[in-house]
Amino acid sequence: MAVDVVPSVTKKRRTAVWGSPLTYALALAVAAVSIAPVAYVILGGFRTTAQINADPAALPNPWVWTTYGRVLSQGNFWTELWNSTVIALSTTLGVVVLGVCAAFVLARYTFRGREVLYTYFTLGLLFPAGAAILPLYLMLRDMDLINSYYAVILPQVAFQLPLTIVVLRPFLTAVPMELEDAAMIDGSSRLGFFWRILLPLSGPALVTVGVLGFVASWNAFLLPLFVIQDVSLQTLPLGVQNFSTQYTSDTAGILAFTSLAMLPALLFFTFAERQIVGGLQGAIKG
Amino acid sequence: MTTTNPTQSLADRAGVRSARLRPAGNTTRAARTRRKWYEIVGLTTPAVVVYTMFVLVPMGFAVYYSLYRWKGVGPPTEFVGWRNYLLAFEDPIFRDALWNNAIILVGSLVFQLPIALGIALLLNRRFRGRAFFRLLVFVPYVLAEVTVGIMWKLVLIRDGSVDAILKALGLGGLVQGWLSDLPLIIWTMLFILTWKYVGFAIILFLAGLSNIPDELTEAASIDGASWWQIQRHVTIPLLGPTIRIWMFLSMIGSLQVFDVLWVVAAPSVRSLGAANTMATYMVDNGFFARLWGYGNAVAVILFVISFVAALLFQRFVLRRDIQGALTGAK
Repeated sequence: MAVDVVPSVTKKRRTAVWGSPLTYALALAVAAVSIAPVAYVILGGFRTTAQINADPAALPNPWVWTTYGRVLSQGNFWTELWNSTVIALSTTLGVVVLGVCAAFVLARYTFRGREVLYTYFTLGLLFPAGAAILPLYLMLRDMDLINSYYAVILPQVAFQLPLTIVVLRPFLTAVPMELEDAAMIDGSSRLGFFWRILLPLSGPALVTVGVLGFVASWNAFLLPLFVIQDVSLQTLPLGVQNFSTQYTSDTAGILAFTSLAMLPALLFFTFAERQIVGGLQGAIKG
Repeated sequence: MTTTNPTQSLADRAGVRSARLRPAGNTTRAARTRRKWYEIVGLTTPAVVVYTMFVLVPMGFAVYYSLYRWKGVGPPTEFVGWRNYLLAFEDPIFRDALWNNAIILVGSLVFQLPIALGIALLLNRRFRGRAFFRLLVFVPYVLAEVTVGIMWKLVLIRDGSVDAILKALGLGGLVQGWLSDLPLIIWTMLFILTWKYVGFAIILFLAGLSNIPDELTEAASIDGASWWQIQRHVTIPLLGPTIRIWMFLSMIGSLQVFDVLWVVAAPSVRSLGAANTMATYMVDNGFFARLWGYGNAVAVILFVISFVAALLFQRFVLRRDIQGALTGAK
């Protein structure tokens, strides 16, 4: 379960020692393969297209700082950053609120049809959400939602709900029954118990599903590609793709723009790595 | 779960007790049951509505639209029955797309499993700086598919940095048309997808490894087993359930793969029948060529293949691993 993750990590760190040279050699090789292309893109943004064409694999010489500034004003970077942020935050809020309410009922109520309802939600994990993109587009078009934030947010909340409920339910079930009984004896209703005791206790699990929802929304491409045609509403992945097809000959510009688009994700990941990893671990252990 | 659940009766007793303290009108058993159902319905309805409407209903519409020839304007009127499905299976480009999905599915499992297992075992060893290396290894997984696609497209372009590095190493003979040699493209894609998603497998495997009690490996080591013998005979077998769940997720992901191929392969390459998957074929034909009925038929095929594969895998491979996490079957 998600709660076990953090203590076990810290416990192991305490006993860390220096590994053998072979361990470090292998780890370095693996790390190099993982980040070499990323480093190439970031460094490439500091070169000119002429430098890149002359020698594609060299370091910046001399360093050019203007490309990054240029793409920030030339593209719609700031608008796209804003759109991505609004959509990802709304998706996160939606999926956490809807998910925790449903997971609470599935975890703490006994009623006929509960397992059927749970199975109904988990069906969403069995088939690819992307398969339904064409009819989803038609539906959103008939609802007059194309070219609005809602056209991205609502389906993304729906796509993310099965995983959220699968992660949250065991977490909420694990909160001891004694706590609930004590709250009841003190005159609290079950909703009062949910609001005043269970929610504050589930902070870590909520952060985990929130982070997973945020990352999924931030990286999404297929759905925005279908439902956002208005340039002023485009998200970062659409922006990166458009920039790269619009200025094909401006290699340095594309590299700089791609780096800038990566930056928020990389910063966010460094900050929330434990939650992302913990969340995925929770998902398989739950 | 039946109504004779002990926790339930405890809660009921607690309810009775608190009811005795507050002699209000809602103290009867019927009122409490009614209130419970209000809460159940009220709390689950938003999630049920959003999920049903945006995940399940569209799939139903896909089946309906797939039976028509339809340009997407006005209601569909030209009923063609199964014709769209037959057309899809007759189109060599769609058959190539199916084949490519199969290559990606099998290739992802075959390449990612040993790589991820090796890296996970390496990063599961205790050494200083391990957290830092883990962070770096996960980076490809958090980057957006589009970003990854554009990045590799720029790196692999003709006379780009990969070619330059190969030449500098004296391996100029290996230089290929990574993105233009039609039979080669799908393998380039498989490489990019492996690079992107192997981090996900590593995360899951590390999670599984952290669940294996130290006592087991310590006991084996006291019995004189080498590090490699411990991994081979203790750790990897215990990781079985995690590996099977990863295989399941990887399989579903492989069947719907879209973003990376869409961004990396030029549309002209796709129209020649290379680097298509079911998903890119569906979007090209349904959305961009406005063959909505046809596109929806492809969507249904993709859906049915995924669903059948998922059920088969679950029945024959996962069985008790997930303890009902995906189906609710206890």
